Amino acid sequence: MRPSARVLALVSVLALGLLYVLPLWRITLKAPQYPEGVVMYIWLHKLSGQVDLISGLNHYIGMRPIRQEDFPEFLIMPWLIAGLMATGLAAVALNKRWALGLWVVLFALVIAIGLADFYRWGYEYGHNLDPRAPIKVPGMSYQPPLIGHKQLLNFTAYSYPDAGGLVAFAAFLLGATVFGTECVRARRQSLPCIERRPQVPSVA
Amino acid sequence: MAAWRVFRPVMWLVPTIAGFFVLFLGGCPGPRQAVATDDAASRVYVPPGQYDEFYAFISGGFSGQVTVYGLPSGRLFKIIPVFSVHPENGYGYTPETQPLLMTSHGFIPWDDSHHPELSQTDGIPDGRWLFVNGTNTPRVARVDLRTFETVEIIETPNSAGNHASPFVTQNTEYVVAATRFSVPVPQKDVPIASYQQNFKGTLSFIKVDPKTGRMELAFQILVPGYNYDLSHAGKGPSHGWAFFTAYNTERAHTLLEVNASQRDKDFIAAVNWKKAEEYIAQGKYREIPTEYYHNVYDERKHMATSRVYTKVKVLIPSECPGLIYYLPTPKSPHGVDVDPSGEYIVAGGKLATVIPVHSFSKMLKAIENREFDTIIDGIPVLKYDAVLAGEVKNPGLGPLHTEFDGKGYAYTSHFVSSEVVKWKLGTWEIVDRIPTYYSLGHIMIPGGDSRKPWGKYLVAMNKITKDRYLPTGPELVQSAQLIDISGDKMKLLLDFPTLGEPHYAQGIAADILMKNSLKVYPLEENEHPHAIKSVEQARVERKGNEVHVYMAAVRSHFRPDNIEGLQVGDKVYFHVTNLEQDWDLPHGFTIMGATTAEILIMPGQTKTLVWEPKKPGVYPFYCTDFCSALHQEMQGYARVSPRGTNVPLSYGTGQ
Repeated sequence: MRPSARVLALVSVLALGLLYVLPLWRITLKAPQYPEGVVMYIWLHKLSGQVDLISGLNHYIGMRPIRQEDFPEFLIMPWLIAGLMATGLAAVALNKRWALGLWVVLFALVIAIGLADFYRWGYEYGHNLDPRAPIKVPGMSYQPPLIGHKQLLNFTAYSYPDAGGLVAFAAFLLGATVFGTECVRARRQSLPCIERRPQVPSVA
Repeated sequence: MAAWRVFRPVMWLVPTIAGFFVLFLGGCPGPRQAVATDDAASRVYVPPGQYDEFYAFISGGFSGQVTVYGLPSGRLFKIIPVFSVHPENGYGYTPETQPLLMTSHGFIPWDDSHHPELSQTDGIPDGRWLFVNGTNTPRVARVDLRTFETVEIIETPNSAGNHASPFVTQNTEYVVAATRFSVPVPQKDVPIASYQQNFKGTLSFIKVDPKTGRMELAFQILVPGYNYDLSHAGKGPSHGWAFFTAYNTERAHTLLEVNASQRDKDFIAAVNWKKAEEYIAQGKYREIPTEYYHNVYDERKHMATSRVYTKVKVLIPSECPGLIYYLPTPKSPHGVDVDPSGEYIVAGGKLATVIPVHSFSKMLKAIENREFDTIIDGIPVLKYDAVLAGEVKNPGLGPLHTEFDGKGYAYTSHFVSSEVVKWKLGTWEIVDRIPTYYSLGHIMIPGGDSRKPWGKYLVAMNKITKDRYLPTGPELVQSAQLIDISGDKMKLLLDFPTLGEPHYAQGIAADILMKNSLKVYPLEENEHPHAIKSVEQARVERKGNEVHVYMAAVRSHFRPDNIEGLQVGDKVYFHVTNLEQDWDLPHGFTIMGATTAEILIMPGQTKTLVWEPKKPGVYPFYCTDFCSALHQEMQGYARVSPRGTNVPLSYGTGQ
């Protein structure tokens, strides 16, 4: 790979370090009584924002209180990202297109699993409601959208990536683009995108 | 309305002047009517959802409170309970707030609040605290402008009628409190007719902690037994001095309207408080025994405590040369106001035909050259001509108070002729006048008594409203008026009703306060000894015949909401903690038959309602502040059994 491509791939890997200090996702609830909005942030390792307030409001529809300790993800995700960074650094060190390609696929998998898990929790909270709830609207469930916004009774729920999430997407796009352009370049030189196995690494 | 009484001696002028018009001008002139300007409606209209430009803090006079308004709309936002109990939220009824109203005379549920004063930094309102005086039983209160709640009240001993109070020095080093009534110091049983020998005035200097705002009575100055009426501190070049008006230099003790109106000139007392600090540091004070209360509300404990002090440091002018001077001032002066530059000291001689303006620099020169008329009890009286900067001639009748616009003009209220007169500093010429409805006392320009006025609006605070509003029986609405002072001519914009007598006010740009306004009390910082931090801690404990209910209020229930095992003769303390941490979510609490006020508990706060059930039965309690869609479900029951019952103490929610 070209040195410039290696540097960009390294940037993509190291950017993931920001996920430890920036929230990944943001859920905002707005209602006539809450023009300023009620916000919950989801991080790699924790929840923050007005979580208790949201739980308090949710008790009227019989939703379970949202409690950080109920999510094993917060223990796993920091290690998952650490693993992703480690493999990314290894790929950059190996300086092989296949290694970078493998890492991009791994990254995509992590994102897909993350979003699927987020959807599963949203479904769980939005559908498993206490039958003794004060407010019951037939046919109504309260799953927040995966991404986008949705009207839930008097609240509009907005679900969007926050700074950390945007960094992750940007890092993924950067990694994928670097891999893609390196492949195109290899093809132009009539080389396979994925290096063949018997090829001995050039000792330069 | 103390000021009303003050003006009785000159009220004869009103019919006399009216008679003059009738007799000599032939025919009855219609009343002067200042019609609101054409664009007045749009000038005071604040569209729904938008904010006012200024906060106005208007004292309630005999209501004992301070009210918060928006300007220019004149909309009422809040009553801040200060010296009077407030059953609406439990102020003065709960064990947490009762200590605030303790005095050396016992618990007092009322006072007469006259002068709000914003704290200042470098002579400019800084929006941290608001001080206000209790006139009847001399006290000074401090309101925290983060919470808009009273957090401290200090009593001033050796004082009566704390009227010249609580004006601040340039950096809020001190708030002053001077006695309107002279009294025996220390108090003792003497004939009233011995006034001349036994009665004294005091000028009190209360030190303010620059960080916490905490007040402490630093010292008092013992002065001749006149009536000390109003005050303002110097600023800029006159920083370090404080000025007090003194009337009744005749030292009358009866029929003051006549006997205290005999001399052509009374005084403004100029106090060099920096000199006073030196004398205190040198130990040139006398410590005299007395008794006064100092009550402080702890915003984390949500509770006030009282402390009693038994000594005060007193400076005697004859022992402390250079401490205080008298400036002769015509006639029975009321207000004393220092212009933004700090050079001019304007007096409102309520029986005077001029507005005298003293010069601070001339005063210093006169002191240096010892231009004294006489010396009274060690206090030199300076020569009038040696200190006078100028006089505003024929301003109006009954000049009282002056505020400034920061553009070189002064505005003086005139009670008897019921008008605001605008005049120019330095030339003393009158440039405009506008009637008010009717008989105004104080006026207020936001920042108008500071170094940097926001010279856009003037609020006139009237003592009489008569025909201005729909009548409501003999007791009529009280009112203020908003006047536009942004142009050359003053323009009447708005009448707006006030609660209590709108005595004096302070105004400040809204953005200075808004950003600091607290939304909720952080629950994790709640150190109330009976607070609970979560519903799991809710419980009931019995200690003899005292029962303590540690109750949680959270949408939309109380925990516990069923309590049994209470007995007739118990004293039941409902310590209710509002567990919400959401903006604008108070809960209220009351119980049937409680012989006290309800409590309104702000998010994160704990308050206590004390209930002494007298008959067996089941007593409902409920939330009084509409908190949520299921507010009407936020209720519970307390069962009271006869004394000695075998019904065990039990409690719960949702079982």
